[in-house]
Amino acid sequence: MAIAQKIRWSLIMALVAVASTVFVSKALTTQKGTEKIIISGASTIAPLVAEIAKRYERENPGIQIDVQSGGSSRGVADARSGLADIGMVSRDLKASERELVDYPIARDGIAVIVHKSNPIQALSKEQIRNIYLGRITNWKELGGADMPITVVNKASGRSTLELFAGFMNLEPADIKANIVIGENEQGIKTVANSPGAIGYVSIGTAEYSERSGTALKLISLGGQVPSTQNVADKKYDLSRTLNLVTKGKPSVAVSHFIDYVQSASVKDLVEEQYFVSLK
Amino acid sequence: MSPLSRNGATTLSFFVCGMTCVFIMLMMLLFIFDQSYGFLTSVGVERVFTDKAWIPDSGFYNFIPMMIGTLLVSVGAILIAAPIGLGVAIFCNFYGGGRAARFFEQLLALLAGVPSVVYGLWGLMAVTPIIYKVKPPGASLLAGILILALMIIPTVGIIAKESIRRVPSSLINGAAALGLPREKIIFYVVLPSARAGLYAAVTLALGRALGETMAVLMVTGNVVRIPTSIFDPIRTLAANIALEMAYAADVHRSALFASGLALMFLVIALVMMSSLFNPKEVMRDIS
Repeated sequence: MAIAQKIRWSLIMALVAVASTVFVSKALTTQKGTEKIIISGASTIAPLVAEIAKRYERENPGIQIDVQSGGSSRGVADARSGLADIGMVSRDLKASERELVDYPIARDGIAVIVHKSNPIQALSKEQIRNIYLGRITNWKELGGADMPITVVNKASGRSTLELFAGFMNLEPADIKANIVIGENEQGIKTVANSPGAIGYVSIGTAEYSERSGTALKLISLGGQVPSTQNVADKKYDLSRTLNLVTKGKPSVAVSHFIDYVQSASVKDLVEEQYFVSLK
Repeated sequence: MSPLSRNGATTLSFFVCGMTCVFIMLMMLLFIFDQSYGFLTSVGVERVFTDKAWIPDSGFYNFIPMMIGTLLVSVGAILIAAPIGLGVAIFCNFYGGGRAARFFEQLLALLAGVPSVVYGLWGLMAVTPIIYKVKPPGASLLAGILILALMIIPTVGIIAKESIRRVPSSLINGAAALGLPREKIIFYVVLPSARAGLYAAVTLALGRALGETMAVLMVTGNVVRIPTSIFDPIRTLAANIALEMAYAADVHRSALFASGLALMFLVIALVMMSSLFNPKEVMRDIS
């Protein structure tokens, strides 16, 4: 009986704990006067917008901003369906997406990266295309060391892949990859750990990793040097504009936030994320 | 009648706890089924086997290379982990002195607690470069098998150790009284009578291996192709879901849920198989 009683008591305590947690969290989220902005989309932009949102929330009490990451396609889909107030899209809108309004917030480029020990300094668009099509499989065919090429590609659906494949005039299905990766960071670690690898990631991330001593190298592409400066000056073609999108005219709170994201007061945050500010 | 008097409120509370699990499980199955319904009706199960490849953007949904990849990496891992886990379990019970045995037990518990993403990072930065030196690209079936084996050794070891410990000492004493040497006792008396638990250890570990995502995703290369050697990259079903779910829409998304459904059925089948090895029956066999 004593055991049964103890168990019953602990069960009651647990129930009370759960109930009070639910009550308190509900009370906190339904604070009066709070306006909630939901943002979802490109994982490239999400960290930047999250940082901006934090600062914005501090300066504008009563606004709560929820940033979720899940790819440009999701950003477009959520903005369309109204699941999110703002979508994040790390490319220009397609013709079929013209009903959305886009607000450019920064620029980003894709750098082609190889291992630091690789003597190759530059490649042409055609050479990279042939590598990704599996027509060139050894670095010696490009004047490098006698070493098989490990082709690192992004998983399908990622906007980096979309931009890269579009620029290189490749069908994603025709790419002969040896390794398929998800996030930028995984790509950088993979290339830095395989001497014969070639991959492509966001320029800001690559530049930062190279500067902080990771064993990789950004190679120039058809004579254009990959750098954040060149992306800003539009002197590097393999680059993209990062956009916020809304469906139709946004509400006052939302458009106030978008103005803030586009303003010069977040330039430092944009540069902290290794993107190129438009201001 | 149980020694504890059955009290309405207590029984009810436990019943609620139990039903919560059942309810959540059912809701999950229902949800996954609902999400994959679009794929099952518009594309159908048949094309999972007959399509030319996995190219969701162009509408081809062949799961076969990923199913084979999942099975190969899991079975490979269990082939390595089962003997090692069993060895540790036998060591802890019969060979290690008190301190050594406790050390191994704690090591197993520690290994079981390491987050899988840590195994993945370690695999990516320490294991694949070594394999790369043997044969590029490094990220391969072999790397996946090694990392997974490391991750499931604790599962096998801990369960096997417990089930060996629970073998009645009367059996061991009886065997010893017959003058059997220690090795004979272990291999002909203890292991056969603990086999229900040992099967359970292997099936549970296999279940974990089938569903492991993060660590596998980081070291197996994720190319959707049937591997021809242990150095070829593979993609598992779980890794496929993690890689593509965030970016998938419509039928592609639904297809990923369908592959999740397939994975779930596989694991359910495994668990049911492990419950077939009823300890009581095994005990009856040997007595």
